[in-house]
Amino acid sequence: MSETARGASTEVDFTLRVNGSAQRLRLDSRVTLLDALRDRLELTGTKKGCDQGACGACTVLVDGKRVLSCLTLAAQCDGREVTTIEGLSGDGGLHPVQEAFIRHDGFQCGYCTPGQIMSAVALLAEGRAGSDEEIREFMSGNICRCGAYPNIVAAIRDASGY
Amino acid sequence: MQAFEYIRASDVASAVALVSGDPKTQYLAGGTTQIDLMLKDGVLEPERLVDITRLPLRGITRDGDVLRVGALATMEELAADAAVAERLPFVREALLAGASTQLRNMATIGGNILQRTRCRYFRDPAVSACNKRAPGSGCAAVSGAARMHAILGASEHCIALHASDLCVPLVALDAVAHIQGPGAQRSVPLTEFYVLPGDRPDVENVLQHGELVTAIEIPLLPAGTRSGYLKVRDRASYEFALTSAAVALAIDGGVIAQARVALGGVGTIPWRVPEAEAVLHGAPVAAQVLQAAADAAIHDPFTLPGTAFKVELAKRTLVRVLETVTGGSA
Repeated sequence: MSETARGASTEVDFTLRVNGSAQRLRLDSRVTLLDALRDRLELTGTKKGCDQGACGACTVLVDGKRVLSCLTLAAQCDGREVTTIEGLSGDGGLHPVQEAFIRHDGFQCGYCTPGQIMSAVALLAEGRAGSDEEIREFMSGNICRCGAYPNIVAAIRDASGY
Repeated sequence: MQAFEYIRASDVASAVALVSGDPKTQYLAGGTTQIDLMLKDGVLEPERLVDITRLPLRGITRDGDVLRVGALATMEELAADAAVAERLPFVREALLAGASTQLRNMATIGGNILQRTRCRYFRDPAVSACNKRAPGSGCAAVSGAARMHAILGASEHCIALHASDLCVPLVALDAVAHIQGPGAQRSVPLTEFYVLPGDRPDVENVLQHGELVTAIEIPLLPAGTRSGYLKVRDRASYEFALTSAAVALAIDGGVIAQARVALGGVGTIPWRVPEAEAVLHGAPVAAQVLQAAADAAIHDPFTLPGTAFKVELAKRTLVRVLETVTGGSA
């Protein structure tokens, strides 16, 4: 068991509820939600881009709100409800926003896409897809280095039905 | 990164006792600064983190003409508040300009006012010269890439910018921080909360180690007051300010009866500008008055080749937002 310089335990026991199923975990306090999802729960749909809160690739929902999993300690999510790209559609099919991204070719390399889609799902729930301008502003925390922005906006516009 | 012990605080008193009793213990709230500086940059190395996010410091309540904002309210929650939309529109504008929605869902108001500088030299422990990280070691930024740095309150000791957007209207509004210490509570206006770097840039505010900001009180603007926040930046969104300005004006019959002005993107602390307020107060709404206010706002800047442009840009930013806010009353 790892300890701090003063002999205190650095491990934390907590419950992570991801996509509707709860798991009891014992992890080093330094583990971020992003690393817990990818490396412990093998949910690799959530991507590690910049890993410092600048790109949005790691976006997930915690209690229904979009957050950056790279700047969230896993232990802080004890008892919270985490939703990842794998849990968007409960029936094994695609979520309407996923379908819209395919229909509009809203990606190129695809690395930022799970974060884009999680952010877009939250944006629709926030009621912020009223215009292309509004979509662009409230999606600005999700960077796409391939520059697929016009098609991303088109996909979200389509999914919003405005 | 150094290993640390994680403790979730159960009440305010025990959280304050844990942190104030140990210089190696720090608070954790939204984490957008703290986790970044610990896990990613290796700048902060606490041995113990006290997670305060489940403490009951979240509510936003209105009492007459004052809004009391719990320190753990998020930026997104404050931006969605009805009283903010109605009576503090420039606070809402600054919040929405301040970060992505993901960050606004995480970042707390207490954390926002306590955010650390974005200075890349401060954030890179491989850079040895940083008076903020290591007092007396010098400042790498003054001879480095200075574009995103401060020109007011700056010196050869430190040019690190206070990058908060929210704090710009907050200092203009005379918002007050409520602070819980191990023994007592106290209240400090934000205009007296921040400490100019001088030759000790490591001292950023008046908080003693362990003191916890529990709430911010924001006086609402009188009904009819016009306000605006303008942020000028290298990208249309999701970028720190090069310059910004927050203004609130009460205009009566074409005359400015009251003016509140503050600047962002230029100061080592959020920069209230009484000099500009004095020019505006009692003056008619006229182009030369707005320009005179902007000229008065910037004096004795500490500029470098990389930051000299900010003097004129800050003035133009202030003129522009004054024009917008006074539109139709000249």
